[in-house]
Amino acid sequence: MTTERRTAELREVQGPSALGGGSRRFFDLLWLISVTEFKRVYFGTVLGYLWSLIRPLLLFSVLLLVFTQVFRVGGDKVEHYPVFLLMGIVLYTFFSEATSNAVTSVVSQEGVVRKTQFPRAVIPLATSVTAMFNLLLNLIIVLVFILAFGVTPAWSWLLFPVALAFLFVGAAGVSMALSALYVRFRDTAIIWVVLAQVLLYLTPILYPVNALGEETKERLLMCNPLSVIFEQVRVWVLHEAAAPTAVEAAGGWLGLVPAAVIFFGTIGFGAWYFNREAPRIAEAL
Amino acid sequence: MPSRLDSALACGVAHGDLPSSPGANMSVDEELTTQPAVPGAPGPDAPPAIRVEDLHKSFRIPTQRVDSLKERAVHPFAAREYRELQALDGVSFEIRQGEFFGIVGRNGSGKSTLLKLLASIYRADSGRIQIAGRLAPFIELGVGFNQELTARENVVLNGVMMGLTPKEVRERQDAVIDFAELHDFADLKIKNYSSGMLVRLAFSVMLQADADVLLIDEVLAVGDASFQQKCADAFHQMKAEGKTIVLVTHDMAAVEQYCHRAMLLADGNVQFIGDPAEAGRDYLKLNFEAGLPQIGLTEAEADGARLLDCSILDSAGAEVANIESREDIRVRVELELLRETASAVHVGFVLATADGLGLLEFGEHLRPEDQQRPYPAGSRFTLQGRVENRLAPGRYFLNCGVTSAAGISIYVEQISTFVVFGTTKTGGVIAPEVEFQVESEEPAA
Repeated sequence: MTTERRTAELREVQGPSALGGGSRRFFDLLWLISVTEFKRVYFGTVLGYLWSLIRPLLLFSVLLLVFTQVFRVGGDKVEHYPVFLLMGIVLYTFFSEATSNAVTSVVSQEGVVRKTQFPRAVIPLATSVTAMFNLLLNLIIVLVFILAFGVTPAWSWLLFPVALAFLFVGAAGVSMALSALYVRFRDTAIIWVVLAQVLLYLTPILYPVNALGEETKERLLMCNPLSVIFEQVRVWVLHEAAAPTAVEAAGGWLGLVPAAVIFFGTIGFGAWYFNREAPRIAEAL
Repeated sequence: MPSRLDSALACGVAHGDLPSSPGANMSVDEELTTQPAVPGAPGPDAPPAIRVEDLHKSFRIPTQRVDSLKERAVHPFAAREYRELQALDGVSFEIRQGEFFGIVGRNGSGKSTLLKLLASIYRADSGRIQIAGRLAPFIELGVGFNQELTARENVVLNGVMMGLTPKEVRERQDAVIDFAELHDFADLKIKNYSSGMLVRLAFSVMLQADADVLLIDEVLAVGDASFQQKCADAFHQMKAEGKTIVLVTHDMAAVEQYCHRAMLLADGNVQFIGDPAEAGRDYLKLNFEAGLPQIGLTEAEADGARLLDCSILDSAGAEVANIESREDIRVRVELELLRETASAVHVGFVLATADGLGLLEFGEHLRPEDQQRPYPAGSRFTLQGRVENRLAPGRYFLNCGVTSAAGISIYVEQISTFVVFGTTKTGGVIAPEVEFQVESEEPAA
């Protein structure tokens, strides 16, 4: 039996990396970690999945109360303000959950990182995938609201996954950058909490972009890649007559250039920086 | 037991017949042409499983750790102060397929760094590492568990990390948990596990990964007796299956028992590669050379005589702090008389254990040749004694006394100390030759 044993050829060992080790193993791991984490959160707590629902719904009810009863921002500029608000909050919850969980992800997986060889990028990416599972579940509630408020299904709904894909890739890029930065600079976590809060207000979630009333402000708002994605969701899914498309709000295709630069720049930086740091992460922990 | 050993031997022979790999590096092969030290070791023409060439790895240790952006912004240059720590400084070696290879060395000699480089957890500064086949690491008593997950989830996750498909892992997970004897705790979160349970699970995961090369760091130091026996059985079985195993340990008996060859690392360099017994001896020597407690001669002057020096020597006459078991204990003492002495002076020693138990006494008399011509004041004497060494490995102390009828009376406790080292473990303090003769009688039919 021993003589049958294959004699493997020597292969060069390159050390740890962000992606190395074969794509099949990469995706196996990514899927496994994401699913396990999802299960852990929702079967590990008493209320389970309800938590993932309660959080955005609670935020939604408070904001709805404030912005329809106190400030009245949305009323006349949006056809179905509650649906608009809920969709925005659910999508933003995905982004903030994915990125803020990613910040400490690599460090909190220290035990695994310091003892096992595997493509390091799996860890921050898995937080995005887990957050995506939550998002998909939450979208069911959004769908109920959409239908309840009388939004009719349309062919443009088919474009919704495109927006989700952009949102996912963006969140993944930011996650990679943040998780690697956190290994070196522990204050990344605090900074990101503040930045994420700022981003919430710099994205047309609580107010529609056309409520700003000024072209310059609208164009500035459209420099935020999230604004572009959220606005297109409003156009494609809620298909209001009054809603300007992202291109219109930005004042033409040229107006989308800053957002595109920021979007791809962030992803590029995230991937580049994580890849650069990956080999040394185990030492820096 | 004998049957296992036999199969291990058989496997070694089989491996010797395997063709050598075409890309074999001559310079490395040269040092491998020596005969394997242990019977059953794969021969020199067995294909290599691990080849390491001129490996360097250093760590930069910041003298003042800067972990926040603010500190970096306030002191943009202060953050760049590092102390360079050379963990591995040009290490080269080759391990053959089917070999059980030990790596020994003192703490900080670079063993763990080397293992982490082999396991792709660290990246080398320069040099080459080549490995044949799949590798399963077992580092720092674990395989990397996520504290928040259950044992079962961790088993699956680790299996995939080690290169199995999720399907393969799910098929094996019950076997893994059974081997670790953790059936009742399979769905308990890892953070609630005791350290012994963790090690058992980790070891079990590593075994089931069915890798070609196993890297094992200090598994023998932990676990209860039954688990240690399980490890031992697993080692024998892996040996028999012709797996390549790299074992890092401080347990020299284990090195001798399992390893075909061993490597001694010291300060990031390869000190020795070859016979495990010799590597073990070198290791022990290295270990006890450092940290020799300086035992004083503070009270060594009294009543007309003074002890100047007392040291332990090796056979070449050099001062040592450790003696290999069975090698003679040589002691040298220097003595000065402070006044004229006519009567005999006795220089005596008591050999004692660390807790003060006297084991034996020996000594010598100094007598002036002529009673009428006493030793003048300022006479110096150097005495060298040789004592047959039947001591078990351990630390021993010498007490020294100088007495004479003329009133000299010095007694210095623990004037010198030494360590007897050897790879055999025995209880007690005396290790004489022991021989048994066994006669058996079949009961009459």
